[in-house]
Amino acid sequence: MSTTDIALASAAVPAARESMLRLFAEQFVASKLAMLGLVLLLLFLCLAIFAPWIAPQNPFDIATLNIMDSKLPPGSHSSSGAITFWLGTDGQARDVLSAILYGLRISLIVGFVSVSAAFAIGATVGLISAYFGGRIDALLMRIVDIQLSFPAILVALVLLSLLGKGVDKVIYALVAVQWAYFARAARGAAIVERNKEYVQAARCMSLSWQRILWRHIFPNCIPPLMVIATIDLAHAIALEATLSFLGVGVPVTEPSLGMLISNGYEFMMSGSYWIAFFPGIALALVVVAINLVGDHLRDILNPRNEI
Amino acid sequence: MLSSIVRRLLQTIGVVLVMSALVFAALYLVGDPVSMLASPEATDAERELIRRSLGLDLPLWRQYLIFLNKALVHLDFGNSFLTGEPAIRLILDRMPATLELATAAMFFALLIGVPLGIYAGLKPESFGSRSVMTGSVLGFSLPNFWVGLMLIMVFAVFLHWLPAGGRGPAEAFGPVRLSVFSWEGWRSLLLPVATIAIAKCALIIRVTRAATRECLPLDYIKFARARGLSERRVLGVHLLKNILIPIITIAGLEYGQVFAFAVVTESVFSWPGIGKLLIDSIITLDRPVVVAYLMLTVVFLSALNLLVDIVYTILDPRVQSKAGA
Repeated sequence: MSTTDIALASAAVPAARESMLRLFAEQFVASKLAMLGLVLLLLFLCLAIFAPWIAPQNPFDIATLNIMDSKLPPGSHSSSGAITFWLGTDGQARDVLSAILYGLRISLIVGFVSVSAAFAIGATVGLISAYFGGRIDALLMRIVDIQLSFPAILVALVLLSLLGKGVDKVIYALVAVQWAYFARAARGAAIVERNKEYVQAARCMSLSWQRILWRHIFPNCIPPLMVIATIDLAHAIALEATLSFLGVGVPVTEPSLGMLISNGYEFMMSGSYWIAFFPGIALALVVVAINLVGDHLRDILNPRNEI
Repeated sequence: MLSSIVRRLLQTIGVVLVMSALVFAALYLVGDPVSMLASPEATDAERELIRRSLGLDLPLWRQYLIFLNKALVHLDFGNSFLTGEPAIRLILDRMPATLELATAAMFFALLIGVPLGIYAGLKPESFGSRSVMTGSVLGFSLPNFWVGLMLIMVFAVFLHWLPAGGRGPAEAFGPVRLSVFSWEGWRSLLLPVATIAIAKCALIIRVTRAATRECLPLDYIKFARARGLSERRVLGVHLLKNILIPIITIAGLEYGQVFAFAVVTESVFSWPGIGKLLIDSIITLDRPVVVAYLMLTVVFLSALNLLVDIVYTILDPRVQSKAGA
């Protein structure tokens, strides 16, 4: 083999990877709806991260709230004239827009943290299950089956009724209901990979099973897991909002979007619709944006899409 | 086939037992009932007396067996802390309201979802079916309580067409009281049913579309067309028969989900079903009712899964031959 051949071969590898990525990017951009979802999602992420600098008011700072400003309709000015409440104010004179920006932070943090943890736990269980097979596989998958045969909302409700309120507790409950999806998907993908030649080659090199599992098999299982992660992110945010709405989720001191909607619910009947309506719109946009991305990711990454 | 049903039945019983142990462990071991019942000044001897009278001094497995015996044989989950009535009675009283809601919602989801799904599967590239598919993303991604709130806002608060919550007058049919036989009853049912049906309809559309696209290129459809059968007959008989298999399976499993997710819808609409009862009991720490609800739901969902499996085996001969081989 001449040196040019080697140079060509080594150059071909990054080129191939780049073109795979480009192919993926091209396929993704092809869907306008998915792009819209992605742009919306990034916008919401920015709003959440920069909330303290963007928000007209700090909704947690009781000193800045003036009870005279409570339940003002959208577009009205504060009694001091300093702030315009574009989306109105709630029963405690908080600016609804500011509350949404801060609530967005909590909703997104709960979503991202719980999905990352569920991903880590689920992928580990699924990969071990697939790699070792036999009894370990049967036992782990039995647990997954039982877990999945019960509706997420019930498991989360019962866990939270035992754990009590709190952002951390909501995250535990969400991880508990979500890890099984990742475990099943990771196992499914890893079982296919396990029998491929590159894994046999790695075994022949007598690499440790940890190395084979994490450095060889795992990277090839990422695409289907990413699809699950995206869809579960939307699911986690919606579920957290639901739990908070039912009164078992986040505490009043850290209102997520669901909590804001729950707070505004009582004012809706009397006509102050904006207190629940605008947080509701924000929640819906976040969840739908993530699902538009996830739906399209599934089309691209899972050729054999199930539903 | 009988042996596979028996095997599934045994598995189901196993799952119910495992879940009963989990429920027992979760709700009976967390927290000390004695500390709630005894007065703060009680001496150690008095506490011991209470412990013994409640059977809490027995080994764990004996306590669990007693719980299981009472629960499964006598359907006795203790009395509600709040009303003093047997917990199981409270739940059975409210069961018809939830079943009514879940059944009506599933019915409408199928009625609307299947035709739309077939349409989307027949013409996957048309504008109409693209809109249907995008709409279905909205349908299953919007949180249930959010949809309910929006419906209340539009139809109850702004338009004053429909009531914002509660259940209409229910007529007694033996021990079961239903509200689906009167116009007033339907007025109250409409919004909660729509809330659940929108989400489930989205799912049914996707399942039907996937099944349709899978079946259309098959030879028997081509053959039916080659025989000159009308499009109506090809789709309405030949295609529908085959795509019904996955649809019935999903609809059956989803019925269980609807039953559980009624927790949310019932809370939003103050619907007096078992879901609302569960939330109220969780918030007031009415433990016997929560335990009774969980155990009944475990049995109900397991039985439903079993039933779906059996129906699936009967509908799809391929499953049977696979199981036999």
